[in-house]
Amino acid sequence: MRSSSEEGAAQDTGSEHVAEFIDVSKRFGDILAADRLNLGIRRGEFLSFLGPSGCGKTTALRMLAGFEPPSEGTVRIDATDMSAVPSHRRPVNMVFQHYALFPHMTVAQNVGYGLRQRRPRLPKSEIGAQVDKALATVRLSDFGTRRVWELSGGQQQRVALARAIINEPTILLLDEPMAALDAKLRAEMQRELLDLQRSLGITFVLVTHDQEEALSMSDRICIMGRGRIVQVGTPQDLYDRPCNRYVADFVGKANILSGEVVAREAGQARVVLGCGAEVLVPEGNPDGRRHVDVVIRPECLSLSATHQDEDAAIRARVTHRTFLGDHTEYLLQAEGTGLLQVNLPRQAERTSGGHGVGDDVHILWAAGTGLVLAADD
Amino acid sequence: MRFYAVAVYGFLYLPIAIIALFSFSAGRSASSMDGFSTGWYVRALSNPFVMEALWTSLKVAFFSAVLATVSGTMAALALTGMKGRLRAIFDVLVMIAVMIPGVVIGIAALIALATAFSAINPWLEVVLGRQLSMGLGTLIGLHGMFTMSLVVLLVRGRLETFDRAQIEASNDLGASPLGTFLQVTLPQIAPAILAGFLLAFTFSFDDFIMAFFVAGSETTLPIYIFSSIRRGVTPEINAIGTMVMVASLTLLIIAQILLRTGTLRAKG
Ligand SMILES: Nc1ncnc2c1ncn2[C@@H]1O[C@H](COP(=O)(O)OP(=O)(O)OP(=O)(O)O)[C@@H](O)[C@H]1O
Ligand SMILES: [Mg+2]
Repeated sequence: MRSSSEEGAAQDTGSEHVAEFIDVSKRFGDILAADRLNLGIRRGEFLSFLGPSGCGKTTALRMLAGFEPPSEGTVRIDATDMSAVPSHRRPVNMVFQHYALFPHMTVAQNVGYGLRQRRPRLPKSEIGAQVDKALATVRLSDFGTRRVWELSGGQQQRVALARAIINEPTILLLDEPMAALDAKLRAEMQRELLDLQRSLGITFVLVTHDQEEALSMSDRICIMGRGRIVQVGTPQDLYDRPCNRYVADFVGKANILSGEVVAREAGQARVVLGCGAEVLVPEGNPDGRRHVDVVIRPECLSLSATHQDEDAAIRARVTHRTFLGDHTEYLLQAEGTGLLQVNLPRQAERTSGGHGVGDDVHILWAAGTGLVLAADD
Repeated sequence: MRFYAVAVYGFLYLPIAIIALFSFSAGRSASSMDGFSTGWYVRALSNPFVMEALWTSLKVAFFSAVLATVSGTMAALALTGMKGRLRAIFDVLVMIAVMIPGVVIGIAALIALATAFSAINPWLEVVLGRQLSMGLGTLIGLHGMFTMSLVVLLVRGRLETFDRAQIEASNDLGASPLGTFLQVTLPQIAPAILAGFLLAFTFSFDDFIMAFFVAGSETTLPIYIFSSIRRGVTPEINAIGTMVMVASLTLLIIAQILLRTGTLRAKG
């Protein structure tokens, strides 16, 4: 496997992007599965494609792997145009959703498959040694002679992983690799994947529709919707500065309220919400509209029995209260805005005493929190 | 229920059992049992006409089965890459080919070949000094064409349960399309291909009707049996029939086992 120092050297000399989508579209008959994708994948990063079912994540990955030719545009890997390069000549390897292991081969034969395709042929001893090493990497050293259908789901997945990394790909592609695993095993595999990525220094591109998985594992996330890239950024970026309603809704819990801008100053907008409260909210990309959507995360709001002047306040009634240990989730019915969620840290509840279902309270909105969302298209 | 089952199986297999039994008779009558002997078997196997017919049948069965297996497997592979209406049309055509009565295929082939030969032969006579005629070639061609459908059905059945992602995985790991076929697809469909070969072989070896129309001057074993029956049935015919039946059944059972064993286990 490539050492991290070599990887660092490659980063210095090579371009910043290990792969690029340039105006890539893909049509299946009438369906536009990918709509003018533009994306640079950075060397050594862990990038996730996140989006609901059918939004084109797999299609994007398959165009990288070479299983689907783009209808338009260019896919580049290592600054080379891939349009004339068939999948078996691309420096990428894939972990398939259902693993696609070869049932007529043993575990070791599966893992060594990629090495056996090399021309000129590698000596048997060399293949054996590398297979042993790859099996050790995924903690399956004693399983080499087993049949793949004798293994559990988690073990099969690790075989698929070992089989994909043995060729030391420039990019490792993973299409919902954890979808078939139960929750506990999935958490374990997520940790193992991260460790593996760090030790190999290979660029990982993961497809998932599980936002928690994407948030916890990725350096960057590419949010997709209806064949398009909606927003690309670090998990924190997407959470704190979602570009529109779609992203705000998809990443984390969000309260989204509509309101009217009454004044604008220095990147902030003074917004009157449906309930009459007036809040000062930063604008991500100001576009001068009067009617806007404002997003605020549940943990950015607080509750108070009395109204304090420096914060904007929304009068509301508590309808649900869920104690979750470190924080408590409140659902509140506010006039003119609908249901809002507020999360209070345990510490804040201890000092204030908390609120019961049916209590009339003020939801406090500190000036400068939340975000004005751009219009959806 | 049990009585009916016994009756049905008795009706089906009793005649066959009787032929097998009478083939061990020591007497001269083909329809009675006079003592026990394997003399008719010895006689059949030392009859030069029987041996020649057997040899012809084996050649026709082998080469037509090879033809059917190669073309049928290629057709099945091509069909899996095909979707929608075109695929449905091909499926129906394959099914129809299996269901059309042999006598119809035989007559149709005879007319088609006779027409074609009479059109081509004058030219061939001029160019090569030779003519095409019915014989081994037409037997092999017709049997191969017909049994190809059987191979298509068997191989396609296996391909249907085959995870196509394996092919992509193989490509992804650096194997060329040919390498993928040889290392991933072929080992997994090999049992079905082999079963198809055996079925095609058995079918050709047993066929009388189609062969009768296009054999020309060639005599296959079923044609030999048919013509000797016209001279009167002897226990020798019973012995030949029993041997043919045992050989065919053995091949069919092997084919069945192959179809059940799932994937062929690759060796280290
Ligand atoms: N081979 C194909 N032929 C026709 N349509 C296809 C094909 N592959 C994908 N599509 C269509 O393209 C769209 C995007 O599919 P894709 O598989 O990329 O979605 P996805 O984001 O991976 O969804 P999921 O989370 O369900 O896997 C879908 O509408 C799908 O029906
Ligand atoms: Mg998918």
